[in-house]
Amino acid sequence: MKIVHPLIKYVRPGFLSTTNCAGCGNGIIAQSILRAVDELEMDIDDFVFVSGIGCAAWIPSPFFNADVLHTTHGRPIAFATGVKLSNPKLRVMVVSGDGDLVAIGGNHFIHAARRNIDLTVICANNGIYGMTGGQVGPTTPSGLKTATTPYGNLERPFDLPNLAKAAGAVYVARWTTYHARQLTKSIKRAVQKKGFSFIEVISQCPVQFGRRTGAGNAVTMMQNYKKNSVSIKKVDKLKENELKGKIIVGEFIDREEPELCEEIAKMRERIG
Amino acid sequence: MKKEIRIAGFGGQGVVLSGVILGKAAVLYDRKRAIQTQSYGAEARGGGARSEIVISDEDIDYPKVINPDILVAMSQQALDKYVKDLKPKGILIVDSELVKDLPEDYIFSLYRVPASQIASNEFGRIIVANMIMLGFLVSLTEVVSLKALKNSVRESVPKGTEEMNIKAVERGRKIGEVVIK
Amino acid sequence: MSNKVLTGLHFMQGDIACAEGAIAAGCRFFAGYPITPATEIAERMAKRLPEVGGTYAQMEDELGSMAAIIGASWTGTRAMTATSGPGISLMLENIGYAIATETPCVVVNVQRGAPSTGSATLSFQGDILQARRGSHGEYETIALAPSSSQEMFDLTIKAFNLAEKFRTPVFLLADAFIGHMREEVLIPDKSKINIVKRKLPPCKMSLNEYKSSLDENVAPMPIFGHGFKSHVTGSTHNSYGKRDVTNYEALDYEVKLLSKKISKHKREIISVDSEIKDSNVVLISYGTTYRAVREARKMLKRDNINVGSFRLITLWPFPEEEIEDLAKKVKKIIVLENNLGQIVTYIKAAVKGEAEVIFLPPQVLGTLHKPDYIVDKVKEVI
Repeated sequence: MKIVHPLIKYVRPGFLSTTNCAGCGNGIIAQSILRAVDELEMDIDDFVFVSGIGCAAWIPSPFFNADVLHTTHGRPIAFATGVKLSNPKLRVMVVSGDGDLVAIGGNHFIHAARRNIDLTVICANNGIYGMTGGQVGPTTPSGLKTATTPYGNLERPFDLPNLAKAAGAVYVARWTTYHARQLTKSIKRAVQKKGFSFIEVISQCPVQFGRRTGAGNAVTMMQNYKKNSVSIKKVDKLKENELKGKIIVGEFIDREEPELCEEIAKMRERIG
Repeated sequence: MKKEIRIAGFGGQGVVLSGVILGKAAVLYDRKRAIQTQSYGAEARGGGARSEIVISDEDIDYPKVINPDILVAMSQQALDKYVKDLKPKGILIVDSELVKDLPEDYIFSLYRVPASQIASNEFGRIIVANMIMLGFLVSLTEVVSLKALKNSVRESVPKGTEEMNIKAVERGRKIGEVVIK
Repeated sequence: MSNKVLTGLHFMQGDIACAEGAIAAGCRFFAGYPITPATEIAERMAKRLPEVGGTYAQMEDELGSMAAIIGASWTGTRAMTATSGPGISLMLENIGYAIATETPCVVVNVQRGAPSTGSATLSFQGDILQARRGSHGEYETIALAPSSSQEMFDLTIKAFNLAEKFRTPVFLLADAFIGHMREEVLIPDKSKINIVKRKLPPCKMSLNEYKSSLDENVAPMPIFGHGFKSHVTGSTHNSYGKRDVTNYEALDYEVKLLSKKISKHKREIISVDSEIKDSNVVLISYGTTYRAVREARKMLKRDNINVGSFRLITLWPFPEEEIEDLAKKVKKIIVLENNLGQIVTYIKAAVKGEAEVIFLPPQVLGTLHKPDYIVDKVKEVI
């Protein structure tokens, strides 16, 4: 009997070999996205996947057998804004990395959240610039030695879920690649949510992050994700020192706010 | 016949709008050719403002005014800056309330119109001074027809202020008629 | 009265005429960021687009504006942005992306005093070479230069038609002068306006079954939401959209075909306005500078001096053959630009020494050439 992967139908024919390094978290994120689409029984042809530049941008590009817009560094959210505004029927999902979305693209990120445009943004956060060889990023923990912080990172990392929440996102969650099932569930929720949804996925880069910072190989990194994760539901009961070095996971917010495309449609009606 | 007009004053006096109204009157209602250009300071209010209009029966190639036939000065600063450009035997119209220092010897026709004074005293609205000036300018020079001017004013001013502005134009026209007599 | 269709005679600013041209051309998406002297275009689009079922987006910056119109274009919507030099500088990376991904869109540059922040309200023709070579890499581009409010309307429509036909961004290179100047604009009936539509794939096919890019005769555009399963990338790719970034042959293939798509159709794209007759001296100009040339020629005629005029309506692709032909017919060519010499280098190359080329900037940069200054120069060289 020939065994076929249940998600293979969503993979572009002829694009089976991956560009990810062995142990990379991107594969888990890719599967979670496709599994969410599958479980929701949605037509992948109704989706447009938009990505920027970096390893995570290659999660959908070119592998997802759907409309894929692989854009410039930092700008996928702005491209996605144009796609969504000009055809609100399309489900628009941005999949990219932390450097792409919140360093070079940080301004588009907060403004899309502020507008509350109906996009699902998934950020694969590996805490480093992987593709260019392990330089410090906006999410690299303080003190860490990277290719461009040989004496340790003097800066502080972004707390992305709280950034998104403060900027106006209506659905925000954080998971790690260890939490594949929870991640899939969150993606389903985010896709169905009207408005700006953001999911951060803490993801291992064994080659650049693991090797350079001594975080170990992929298995070690994922074991640590498991060990160090704390549910947001339990955070209130913990003291500040107990939260040190922990990864707070779960849904940070799920609220209803007027969505931009719907507001535009109403405005058109109003002015006749 | 080609006429070049420069209206100058400070921001907030409706200088640019005056030029637009003249241009629109010429093109849309008198079916002449016209070009309007403008310049102003970086500040939205109070800086120098200038509006220029070329009106002609034929196609206008060069859109800028270099030596105007008519200069309307709505501030002392505007007069000081632009009077040297006025064509010999050109027409200079000043707001007599705002322009006190006039050149001592000149070879142009000078008209002193108390536009802002009338606007405040009779209309209670200093902002219509530009309309009084337009009424005067048109009755004196006929660069556009009075009918075209009124149509253009109606189309260009904020809704609800049409009648007041037309009255101000009329008031300016009357001053012009007196002068011509 | 319906606001939807604007026709008839108007007394309009160039910026407004440009926005109305876009609406008439079927533009239904505009993304922009306020900047003098192009803001009036955005303001007009913000008012007009919702009236015609379109969308206006004010983005957080010009990088985002350019990105958004490319995204919109991939849904099959005609899209435009308008800005000035500082905004173009920010847009250029994504303009390159639009060229590489063959995305139709219109980019209006109402040029102002520069470099840097420069002089926001002053006019200039400083970004001519930026339009040609501003983004990194090797590519061809299309740029048109309007010289009246009427042309701000007409050439905006033409820009959309060229963009749609050749699947490429098209620049409209206006300047502060033409953008803010008001003059008459005659808007024809909708039925009289020629609209070119982009070519779409013939039926639902998946990638690998048809060429979706890199065809010298312009590949059909697999727009989103129709099951085409497009793969759009700014990375080096083949005709089927497959990324191939480690192979010189792939780079060679992409760059050459992208360029050939424009250069092969130069005859169709290029438009010039030539009045030479029997003159030995010709004035070459474009955009607002042409207005000064026209006035100067009239003045010269009064003195019985006959000089020709050659106006570039299309700046890019550069009308090389047209200039080459011109050079064989005349002895002296005076090139007028409102800068320190940008297009003149291309003209000299095309003239190949067949005629003498004299460059004439205005006395004061940014100002329109004074007609008597041109007249004096002509009298000096004849």
